[in-house]
Amino acid sequence: MDLLLSHFNYFIYIILMMVGFYAMMGKRNLVKKLVGMNIFQWSIILFFVSIGAKKGGTIPIVEGVHGHGVDVVVQAGQYVNPLPHVLMLTAIVVGVGTTGLSLALLLTLYKKYKTLEEDEIMRKL
Amino acid sequence: MDFDQMPILVVVVPLLFSFVIPVLGWWKKSLAFPLVVIAIAVSLLSSFQIAFTVFQHGPIDYYLGGWDPPWGIAYRIDHLSAFMVVLISIISLLICVYSKASIEKEAPGKEVHFYCIFLLLFTGLMGMVVTGDMFNIYVFLEISSLTAYALIAIGDERGAFAAFKYVVIGTVGACFYLLGVGYLYIVTGSLNMQDLSEILPGLYQSKVVLVAAIFFTVGIGIKMGLFPLHTWLPGAYAHAPSAVSAYIAPLMTKVGAYMFIRVMFTVFNPSFSFEVLPLTEILSWIAAVAIIYGSIIAISQSDLKKMLAYSSISQVGYIVLGITMGNRLGFEGGLLHILNHAFMKGCLFAVAGAIIYRQSTRNIEDFGYLHRKMPLTALAFAIAALSMVGIPPTAGFFSKWYLILGAVESQNWIFVGIIMISSLLNAVYFFKVIEHIYWHPRTDAAAKAGQVTPIVMKEAPTSMLIPMLILAAGVLFLGFLSHWIVETLLVHAVPSGIL
Repeated sequence: MDLLLSHFNYFIYIILMMVGFYAMMGKRNLVKKLVGMNIFQWSIILFFVSIGAKKGGTIPIVEGVHGHGVDVVVQAGQYVNPLPHVLMLTAIVVGVGTTGLSLALLLTLYKKYKTLEEDEIMRKL
Repeated sequence: MDFDQMPILVVVVPLLFSFVIPVLGWWKKSLAFPLVVIAIAVSLLSSFQIAFTVFQHGPIDYYLGGWDPPWGIAYRIDHLSAFMVVLISIISLLICVYSKASIEKEAPGKEVHFYCIFLLLFTGLMGMVVTGDMFNIYVFLEISSLTAYALIAIGDERGAFAAFKYVVIGTVGACFYLLGVGYLYIVTGSLNMQDLSEILPGLYQSKVVLVAAIFFTVGIGIKMGLFPLHTWLPGAYAHAPSAVSAYIAPLMTKVGAYMFIRVMFTVFNPSFSFEVLPLTEILSWIAAVAIIYGSIIAISQSDLKKMLAYSSISQVGYIVLGITMGNRLGFEGGLLHILNHAFMKGCLFAVAGAIIYRQSTRNIEDFGYLHRKMPLTALAFAIAALSMVGIPPTAGFFSKWYLILGAVESQNWIFVGIIMISSLLNAVYFFKVIEHIYWHPRTDAAAKAGQVTPIVMKEAPTSMLIPMLILAAGVLFLGFLSHWIVETLLVHAVPSGIL
C-alpha cells in the first residue's frame, strides 16, 4: 500500500500505457489503433512530467536576475525541475506530428478501400 | 571555410535546404532536384572533412551554443561516427541522383514534396550519428522515422497500409527508447553520453538501470528490424517506391545498429552488456535465428522486393551477431558488414527499381531474357548477388570471413555453422533470380503468345544506371580494400573494453 501511494505516478503511467497497447493490438478499427498509439505516447509524456515534480516546489524562475549577468546561488530543491518539461515539449510535438501523419494515411486508406476495418482491408489487399 | 563548425553543418545545411525547397519549388518545379543534390553534396564534403580530422587528430567535440556538457547538447564525433557519416552521405548522394527518373514515373507532380521529405530523412539520419546526447538521438530518430513513414506511403497500392503498420510499430519502438532515456535520467540526472558512461558504472546493480537497458534493447530492436520485432520490415520495403526502398533499406536499419552500439557499449560499458546482464549472449542467439529465418522465408518469395526485404532481416542478424559476439574480430566483422551491406542492398534495390521502371513487373518468373534487354542492370545485380552470397573477391565474403573468425575465436562452433549454412541459403534464392535473368527463355507477353519479335535492348535511364553501376563497382572495390578498411579505419571504431 505504501509502495502504491508513494509511486502512484509509475502505476498510472503503466496502466495507461497498457491500455494504449491493448488498443493497438486488440482493436480492429484503424482509428482505434491510432488512438491506442496516442494513449501510449501520452502516458509516457505524463510520466516524464511527473518525475520533475517536487514537494512544495515552485515555478523554476529565479526573480530579479534576468539580463544582469549576475550569478545567484539557489537551492535546487525549492524549484520544480524544468528539464523533463522541456524534453516533453519535444515529445508532444513528435506525438502531434505522428498523429497528423497517421490521420493523413487513414484518409488515403479510406479513399482507396472505403473502409477502415483492418480485416476488411486485408481481404481487399 | 570554417572547419570548426563542420560537425553542425552536416546536419544544418540539409535542414535549411529542406525548408527552402518547397518555397522555391512552388515557384519553379525544376529547381527542387538541383537544390537537393547541392545540399547532399555539401554534407558529403563536410563529412569527408570530419572524417579526415577525426582519423588524424582523434574525436571531435562540438558544443552547441557554447554550453558545456552536461548542461548543453554536445556533439561527439569519434571514429565510428565519422565512418557512419561518410557512409550515409555517399549512399544518399547516389540514391538521390537515382531517384530523379524513378520518382517522376511513380509519383508525378509530387517531386517537390518528395525531395523536401527526402532531405529531412537525410537530416535525421546524419543527426543521429553525429550527436552525443541521448535525447537528441530521440529527436533525430523521430525526424527520420516520420519522414520514412511519409515516403513509404507514396508507394504502390499497398504502400499506405504498409506505412500505417510501420507507423504503429515504429512509434512503439521510439517510445521504448524514450522510456529508457527517461529511466537513466531519473537515476543519474544527465543526458550526455559521456557523462552517463562515467556515472553509470556505480549504479549497475540498480533495477532502474537494468530495466532501462531492456527498454533500450527492445526499442532499438524494433527500429533495427531484429528477428521477432521485424514484422513491419517486409511490407515497408516491398511496397515503398523504388527510390525510397533503395534509400531506406541500406541506411535505416544500419543507423539503428549504430544506436545499439552507442547505447550498449558507449553509454553502458561492455562489462555491463556482457557480464551484469547476459544481454549480448541472448541477442547473439536471437541474431542467429534471424539469419536463418530471413534466408528461409526469402527462398519462398516470388516478388523480388519482398525477397530482398527478407534478405535484409537476415543481414541485420549478421550485424547484430558480429556486434554481440564479444571479441574484436567479430565486432570488426559486424562493422564491415554495415558498410558492405549498405552498398550491396543499395545496389540490389536500385536494380529492382530499374527493372520495375522498364518492365513494370516485380515477379521473378517474368525476368526471362533480361540480360539481353538490360545487360548492365543484370551485371550490377549479378555482382551484388555474388557479394551477398559471399564469393571472393567481392565485399560480402570479407565481412563473413571476419564474422567466422570472430566465432572461431570465441569457440562458438554453432555460429560458424549458422553463418555457412545461411550463405548456402542466400545462394539458393539469389541464384534463382540470376538463373531467371540469364538462362530462362523470354516470358513477356509476345513470347507467351507464340510470336517471335526481336529483342530490343532498352536499358534503364542513365540517371538511374550510373548510381547503380557506382554501387556495384563499390561492392567490388570494397572487397579489394577490406583489409585496409579494417586495419586503418575500423580498428579504432571498436569500443574500448572489447578484447
